[in-house]
Amino acid sequence: MGAFDHDEGYRLRVRKNAAFTWLVLLPSLLVLAILAVIVLTVFLKGVKALNPRFFLETQKPFGDPGGGIANGIVGSVMVLGIAALVSVPLSILAALHLVEKSSSFLSTLLRLVVDSLQGIPSIVIGVVIYAWMVVSLGSFSAFSGGIALALIMIPTVTTSIQEVLLLVPASYMEAAISLGVPRWRASLGILLPAAKSGILNGVGLGIARISGETAPLLFTAFGNPFMNLNAAKPTGAIPLIIYEYIKSPYADWHEKAWGAALILVAFVFALNMAVGARKTDKSR
Amino acid sequence: MNDRQTHDYAALVVRSLNIRYADGHEAVKDMSCVFPRQGVTAIIGPSGCGKSTALRAFNRMNELIPGTETTGEVIFGGRNIYGADMDPVRIRRHIGMVFQKPNPFPKSVYENIAWAARIHGFKGGMDALVESSLRKAALWEEVKDKLKKSALSLSGGQQQRLCIARTLALEPEIILMDEPTSALDPISTSRIEDLIADLKKDFTILIVTHNMQQAGRISDMTAFMLMGELVEFAPTKRLFVHPEDERTERYITGRFG
Repeated sequence: MGAFDHDEGYRLRVRKNAAFTWLVLLPSLLVLAILAVIVLTVFLKGVKALNPRFFLETQKPFGDPGGGIANGIVGSVMVLGIAALVSVPLSILAALHLVEKSSSFLSTLLRLVVDSLQGIPSIVIGVVIYAWMVVSLGSFSAFSGGIALALIMIPTVTTSIQEVLLLVPASYMEAAISLGVPRWRASLGILLPAAKSGILNGVGLGIARISGETAPLLFTAFGNPFMNLNAAKPTGAIPLIIYEYIKSPYADWHEKAWGAALILVAFVFALNMAVGARKTDKSR
Repeated sequence: MNDRQTHDYAALVVRSLNIRYADGHEAVKDMSCVFPRQGVTAIIGPSGCGKSTALRAFNRMNELIPGTETTGEVIFGGRNIYGADMDPVRIRRHIGMVFQKPNPFPKSVYENIAWAARIHGFKGGMDALVESSLRKAALWEEVKDKLKKSALSLSGGQQQRLCIARTLALEPEIILMDEPTSALDPISTSRIEDLIADLKKDFTILIVTHNMQQAGRISDMTAFMLMGELVEFAPTKRLFVHPEDERTERYITGRFG
């Protein structure tokens, strides 16, 4: 009698295994296909709009030849820059507090705030900033748009920075403390630098996350068809241009909307890839 | 011995030290002793006997573990470091610590030494301080060409000597060492032991070790702890050859622990 004589169920097991493999594989392929279709659609429809003038010229009234989204690109850089400048320091300090004084009352409160902030619809944040800033300052502005985006960015970035800070070996802080260094100096001089790369990744992903936000900008940055470099004035942004153009009835503007969408997607992709590259670089 | 003499002789005076963790475990029970100035004092005992906890009490490092309760007195420089007006940050400047696992900062070799000195307001030549600290730790020749390299690129033994150099740079009076060689290979271990023998002329060294041979080789005085209790504290030779307590004898002859 051979060793394999009792393996009647073997074929069935192989088939079950194959079936399960496909069961897992198919949905993954489906998700991948959806992403591919989105990217491909944006690319095919958007690439027609791309030419040097698209990047260098501002929006033009319908009917005028040419025209681009330079005002939106510059506006987005401004609004995202303000959002990052406001949210990153706050997020770093909040994350430090959450890690260093995790059982304090303030930390409990902070966690609650971060969680609930994450759950607030972005349009509500836009409305609130409108009421707080736009009304009291008397004008739509890049500044209020940046603050609205900062509020959306703070919870995600705080959470991701907190996670990377927790990964820093406790022995580093122990060593610093044992040298008679005050705790806050140890946090700034040892903990943060040790987590620098992870913090940068978190910030990159946070910016990628908000770069396509449209709703919070509608009544804050508002949009501006002209080039604007004054943060206190209404300012264009790529998502706002997409929104404005795609709801228009003109084929030419639809094409430009796709072009703007392509630039946005490329930017987000580039940010994500930069973060991914940093991560693999670090794990080496 | 009167107070004045005690002060000259003692680096640390411990009186009725009790340490209890948040879970209620009494890690150190009513410890009282006088650690002499200069020289090496070893604290030995089986795992969990409280030797590391006691050591960490001498520069208030146990406070990093939430819920730890410490009572009693540790007199250093004529003052109780657990006194109400004592700032642990100031104490640690004078009572340095070297840990079980080498833990250099993820910075350059140079910065590992310069960072804390700068924070403490060191005004002299930083290059000279880095060099002299590394020389005292017998590491200079090995790292003088890679001062800008990451400390994490050094070998384990070099990292531990860098940690010692980092402590030496602050010119502490006492250096606490918590099983400093237990994560190292025999060659690195013997270099650290040579270094300790060299440093004891200028510093008071308290070393926790689970290795009795090591205690025998490097220490002048030895304290034996068991279940949180300081059982015997005597000159090393006497403790190993003529232990007074039966429990000490059983431990050093390997009958338990």
